[in-house]
Amino acid sequence: MSMSSAALEAGAGDTALAREPSVGDYVALLKPRVMSLVVFTALVGMVAAPGTLHPILGAIALIMIAVGAGASGALNMWYDADIDARMARTAARPIPRGHVTADEAFTFGIILSVGSVLVFGLLVNWVAAALLAMTIAYYVLIYTMWLKRRTPQNIVIGGAAGAFPPMVGWAAVTGSVSLESLVLFLIIFFWTPPHFWALALYRCRDYERVGVPMLPVTHGPDVTRRQIVAYSVVLVPLAVTPYLIGFGGLTYLISSTALGAVFLALAVKVYRVREGREADQVARQLFGFSIFYLFALFAVILGEHLVQRMLG
Amino acid sequence: MAERENKPLAAAPEEMSEEAKRRQRMRSWAIAGVLLFLVIAFYAATIVRLGGNVMNRPL
Repeated sequence: MSMSSAALEAGAGDTALAREPSVGDYVALLKPRVMSLVVFTALVGMVAAPGTLHPILGAIALIMIAVGAGASGALNMWYDADIDARMARTAARPIPRGHVTADEAFTFGIILSVGSVLVFGLLVNWVAAALLAMTIAYYVLIYTMWLKRRTPQNIVIGGAAGAFPPMVGWAAVTGSVSLESLVLFLIIFFWTPPHFWALALYRCRDYERVGVPMLPVTHGPDVTRRQIVAYSVVLVPLAVTPYLIGFGGLTYLISSTALGAVFLALAVKVYRVREGREADQVARQLFGFSIFYLFALFAVILGEHLVQRMLG
Repeated sequence: MAERENKPLAAAPEEMSEEAKRRQRMRSWAIAGVLLFLVIAFYAATIVRLGGNVMNRPL
């Protein structure tokens, strides 16, 4: 396996090792912010799953999910070092800055990937470990190496990688996959396109410069805005489903409906405001709110199940 | 013996700066921490999984 040819051309990370890598550089390779959302959604999957898991095994499961997510982040940075160096949002990552070489990042990512799956399987269960392995492989091989630079559907199909963690958490407790965990998966899956396309709308030039075929680059902002609305229309009712299948309570119904209304309103606003700085601002608003939206939905599920457990 | 003494010495390794040494030391501590975590995790998980069966074995 080798880094993309473009990356080799750019020589990202290999030429100028500015200094000895610090622990912080390796932590940055793990994409801690992405990791925190992964850990949170996995925790919700674990708490919401029927049955119990010893707290020590639960903690080990969460740590391994975090490490697995971090490993895929490191492998993503290894492969994308060339384009990271040319995008404002990612130029400060450890490989483009020359703090860590691409080879070091690759080795780090592989060791953590294999290690997290093995420890997860040996200490918790192999179904969950297999799902974690699939998540890492999906993110690195299917999203990063195959889809990202080839199709504007990259984040639609690749978004599945980010949707697996609650399923992994669920499987850590039950040793299986069920309808409820599939619903959690689908919520994140349909949330991902409007979330990333909102970002892509105001980062369009960055993606265009490095040749990543995000939807606003290939089909223009108008088509992207239509797609954002279309996916939001699917997402908002889907997010109410946990209540309908008896998995979420009344609090969840009210929260998901209210949050969904705001999400839809912002998506429509993005669709309508198309010109100038205000269009960028609205896209930023939707991007920011989408993070809060997903966090809040999962937090309510978590809260409801914790209360249920405490009461009985 | 004399021949060996006349041989040019291999280039001395580049001296690491204090900052580089500190970073290397921190990395070593981090690796030690990870190894310690693994030891504790395997020990704790074994006890949790075996539970009371730790004592349940033919003597």
